[in-house]
Amino acid sequence: MTDLTRLTLTEARDGLKAKTFSATELTTAHIAAVEKARALNAYVLETPEHALTQAAASDAKLAKGEAGPLEGLPLGIKDLFATKGVRTTACSKILGNFIPPYESTVSGQLWRDGAVMLGKLNNDEFAMGSSNETSAFGSVVNPWRRKGSNVGAGSTGAVEGAHLVPGGSSGGSASAVAADLCLAATATDTGGSIRQPAAFTGTVGIKPTYGRCSRWGIVAFASSLDQAGPIGKTVRDCAVMLRSMAGHDPKDTTSVDRAVPDYEKAVGRSVKGMKIGIPREYRLEGLNAEIEALWQQGIDWLKAAGAEIVEISLPHTKYALPAYYIVAPAEASSNLARYDGVRYGLREQGRDIAEMYENTRAAGFGTEVKRRIMIGTYVLSAGYYDAYYVRAQKVRTLIKRDFDEAYAAGIDAVLTPATPSAAFGIGEKGSSDPVEMYLNDIFTVTVNMAGLPGLAVPAGLDRQGLPLGLQLIGRPFDEETLFSLGQVIEDAAGRFPVSERWW
Amino acid sequence: MSVDLATVKRVAHLARIAVPEADLPRLQGELNAILGFVEQLNEVDVSGVEPMTSVTPMAMTQREDIVTDGEIADLIVANAPASDENYFMVPKVIE
Repeated sequence: MTDLTRLTLTEARDGLKAKTFSATELTTAHIAAVEKARALNAYVLETPEHALTQAAASDAKLAKGEAGPLEGLPLGIKDLFATKGVRTTACSKILGNFIPPYESTVSGQLWRDGAVMLGKLNNDEFAMGSSNETSAFGSVVNPWRRKGSNVGAGSTGAVEGAHLVPGGSSGGSASAVAADLCLAATATDTGGSIRQPAAFTGTVGIKPTYGRCSRWGIVAFASSLDQAGPIGKTVRDCAVMLRSMAGHDPKDTTSVDRAVPDYEKAVGRSVKGMKIGIPREYRLEGLNAEIEALWQQGIDWLKAAGAEIVEISLPHTKYALPAYYIVAPAEASSNLARYDGVRYGLREQGRDIAEMYENTRAAGFGTEVKRRIMIGTYVLSAGYYDAYYVRAQKVRTLIKRDFDEAYAAGIDAVLTPATPSAAFGIGEKGSSDPVEMYLNDIFTVTVNMAGLPGLAVPAGLDRQGLPLGLQLIGRPFDEETLFSLGQVIEDAAGRFPVSERWW
Repeated sequence: MSVDLATVKRVAHLARIAVPEADLPRLQGELNAILGFVEQLNEVDVSGVEPMTSVTPMAMTQREDIVTDGEIADLIVANAPASDENYFMVPKVIE
């Protein structure tokens, strides 16, 4: 039989419907692939028995013709989503062995639609990072390797050589999808955490409009920026995933009460006559020539498909990242105040309750998380609130206004590069200056600040043989246009599966 | 603006994170690198601009004031590091 893990989500769905194979066979193939790929460290918890139980139930439903939209399809779940009865840690020591007695709304909707859970996926601790190196479970290996690199599976099964990071924070999700360790994965994006890892691994990822997916039951990082979305092998797969993930949830007051379209119908729709904005402020000084060329290639593809290219200006672009590094840590410092060693997770003893808090948080949080909590605490502290936090929120209003004006002038979507470079090596960035790592999100973070939808789609390889992605930014709640445009790029560029399973 | 060692210490206390003396200078350097980076926001003219409170223009929805949950005390304390008869246990607060 053909290797079932090579299928895309929608191919597998169609195969199940045609009874070419069963959900149990499909799940078994994925469980075997996950076990064989432990050296990649994409999964922090495997749930094979749970998966097989769900697959058996799906086979029964398929036989009765009662299949849901994701019936029998094995997925990976980022460890930021609370899963009932299954350990959820946000890849932080402070959550220890937390077993949620509830299910996140988004993952619950996936099970409602028949999906199968293979396990929980690695991520940067509390989703704070751009390389998955801050996880308490250790870094994730990108299945892509530089041409001629020394990375390989050693005799002990551990990866040898200086491997590449998969990006972050959804590094486990991106790596698992790229390495065929699930058909698609859930992810979250606060400043680029879906789109940057998707670009680093040759996969597709979409951060929907703020409010499109419920945040209930997802470990909070920065509540005004966090959004859930899928990472998949194709644009179509992401469209199918998002339809199940999206929707109004009374338990999240920021979740929007709007009907969820059948996004798959937008895939393959003509983009003729659409106006695509090219923001001149994204042509950064010193921009990598290969990224520049890729961007031009994307422009040419969309033009060839009948879209009209318009140069636009988003004058406050350059201030998005600094404003983000005030707003996000401020919200994080407030959200993470709940980890006090009392209600769940780790506790370290102290002489009194204050010392117990301080010791617990010192032992439980990693370096990057502590850094961000400290920055957040500082910018919210008396005397600095107006100078930092209020100013950053005013700049955020200006960033959103830039986009509002472009859309009011008739722009349907904006095309930019997804990242300033291809995947980098482990330990290569941010060791002395945290800002060096933060710059990874320079093209993605504006989208979170403005609450807009953004899709990353692979579009080519660089000189090292590594995938590069383009980003499409849409109007609020117009994910459909992004799926139509994304498919045009995917059709032109082709897909970028990892060719060799070297692990 | 940059922070001195005393401020780093004060912020760590406010954030309820114990920081060993030896780590303070490193943390000071990192925080100052980030604060230096965000300094450029001072170039922006924000006079007359309202700070953003919500990216999506929407009114907060109200829900009916009814009990939707409850009687699950055992589930609530299930993950606590220390509990007794459905109470969270903490070090003594009052002498």
